[in-house]
Amino acid sequence: MSALIEIRGVTKTYRRGGEKIEVLHGVDLDIPRGDFLALMGPSGSGKTTLLNLIGGLDSPTSGTITVDGERIDQLSSGRLSAWRAANVGFVFQFYNLLPVLSAQRNVELPLLLTSLGGSERRRRAEIALTLVGLRERARHKPRELSGGQEQRVAIARAIVSDPTLLVCDEPTGDLDRATAHEIMVLLQMLNREHGKTIVMVTHDPKAAEYAARALHLDKGTLAPADGAVAP
Amino acid sequence: MKYLPLLWAQLFRKKTRTVLTLLSVIVAFLLFGLLQAVQVAFEAGADAADAKRLLTVARYSIIEPLPMAYLRRLEAVPGVVGVASADWFGAKYQNESNAFPVFAVDPARYLDMYPEFTIAPAQREAFVKTRTGAVAGRRLADRFGWRVGQKLPIASEIHARADGSLDWEFDLVGIIDAEDPAVQGNTDVVLINVAYFDEARQLGRGKTGWYILRIADSEQARAISSEIDRMFANSPDETKTQPEKEFAIGFAKQIGDIGAMVTRILIAVFFTILILTGNTMAQAIRERIPELAILKTLGFSDGAVTAFVLGEALLMILLGGGIGMAVAVSLMPGLNGATGGRFPPLFVDASTWLMAGLIALGLALAVGLPPALRVHRLRIVDALAGHR
Repeated sequence: MSALIEIRGVTKTYRRGGEKIEVLHGVDLDIPRGDFLALMGPSGSGKTTLLNLIGGLDSPTSGTITVDGERIDQLSSGRLSAWRAANVGFVFQFYNLLPVLSAQRNVELPLLLTSLGGSERRRRAEIALTLVGLRERARHKPRELSGGQEQRVAIARAIVSDPTLLVCDEPTGDLDRATAHEIMVLLQMLNREHGKTIVMVTHDPKAAEYAARALHLDKGTLAPADGAVAP
Repeated sequence: MKYLPLLWAQLFRKKTRTVLTLLSVIVAFLLFGLLQAVQVAFEAGADAADAKRLLTVARYSIIEPLPMAYLRRLEAVPGVVGVASADWFGAKYQNESNAFPVFAVDPARYLDMYPEFTIAPAQREAFVKTRTGAVAGRRLADRFGWRVGQKLPIASEIHARADGSLDWEFDLVGIIDAEDPAVQGNTDVVLINVAYFDEARQLGRGKTGWYILRIADSEQARAISSEIDRMFANSPDETKTQPEKEFAIGFAKQIGDIGAMVTRILIAVFFTILILTGNTMAQAIRERIPELAILKTLGFSDGAVTAFVLGEALLMILLGGGIGMAVAVSLMPGLNGATGGRFPPLFVDASTWLMAGLIALGLALAVGLPPALRVHRLRIVDALAGHR
């Protein structure tokens, strides 16, 4: 597999109350196309920071991040937004759906940034909702759905514009075991059957077992995680 | 347009709060529409004024009459190309509440002086030739259902007939109208033939209320006015001459400086709305910071999310403003009917709509910009992590 994501010497420093805190220390990482990578580590290890950098939500203090041949660390804020819209789907722990919109409208959101017409947007949102098994709940608002259903809608929103990369931040962190299993099976299916490259941050070793491989991040430095490889 | 459902849904996220805010905006623009209509009505006379028309009235009070003999002398003033006179008749029709202005005029001279009033040529001819003739303004004729050819029984508030009766009867021979809406608003009037009126009245014969003069060059208005007033200085009937517009403004100001009053009231109203709506918008956006961060995460640019916030403010103000103005317009016929013609006709003109649009735009910017700029500066990772 060719490397979809190449991370070289990435550091990230934050300022908190006048103090500089280096969260990532010269991280090097290659993520092949079609990979399903779990990033694990204790709180404050920098895994969400690394995920944010990979997803283009933040820029590194130094180092380079290349995704599919494009140096995203050099993109302006506007171009980075456009890049995210075209290439990345996001799944969060708390789903982050807009409560005023139906599941269908939530899934359509990323498509508003395209030139697609209303009927085509609806059609694609329906396909995405069908893929996650929620077509019949399309008209329901998030508050009318269970946590697992909300996360499925969030996954449908993440894949509706057919991005290459899915970035998942604790996707099962707010779910019970059975529902978490369903969500992880869904992500695994998207990785295996639809070729999505998935980078997932998780605390949960059980969730990490669904990934193709796992890496451990501790105090801003990467190390392979033991025994976290998908069957 | 594809963002409208999203804007709409966000706007009505908290229905009660949005409806209450909308109601306050509606009331503000309703007040704006009504008060502007009052101002426009009072200024309509000045707006319709012709720069080449002067008005000559008695020096100390408009209610003092001037001799009709002045007409020839005024005509002889260099620069004056036309003179007409008018006298206040004061009229009630059927009952006390149906009061409207009636002017005793020389038909040809008066209609020539006011070409902005339109009248069918045959009706004009009939008015000139019929001593008991009268022409009614379109608005008045429509209001009372008058038809050309009927008798017009009206009672004067001032002038008695030779037999002491205040009841007069005229023959309605024509209808005057106007194409310009501002002038059309001044067609709540009846003109009667002064030849008959002067002969038939008990007192005040040979006198008229005021003169209207047409001059060749508006630049000469001051000089001619001064010359006329000098001409009649130290006579029993001294005059005060001024351009028609100044006269109209001065006449309106006898009631009060409507413009200043309206402006002060509206400033207070819109300042209150600014504070109220601004606070509501700021609160609504503060509550939605994580959602706006998600939009940015999905690829909506800083500019797009900023535009969302501004669009939301604009949608709310335009919606409230539009409803408020529409309600103001819908109230006009009822208000005009209720005043019984004692007040200039109220209407919402194009300039009022334009001003309402500009105020709505300014208000939306004022209430939307601060939260919009905050959202523009919002860092996604901070917002998602709960550091706002």
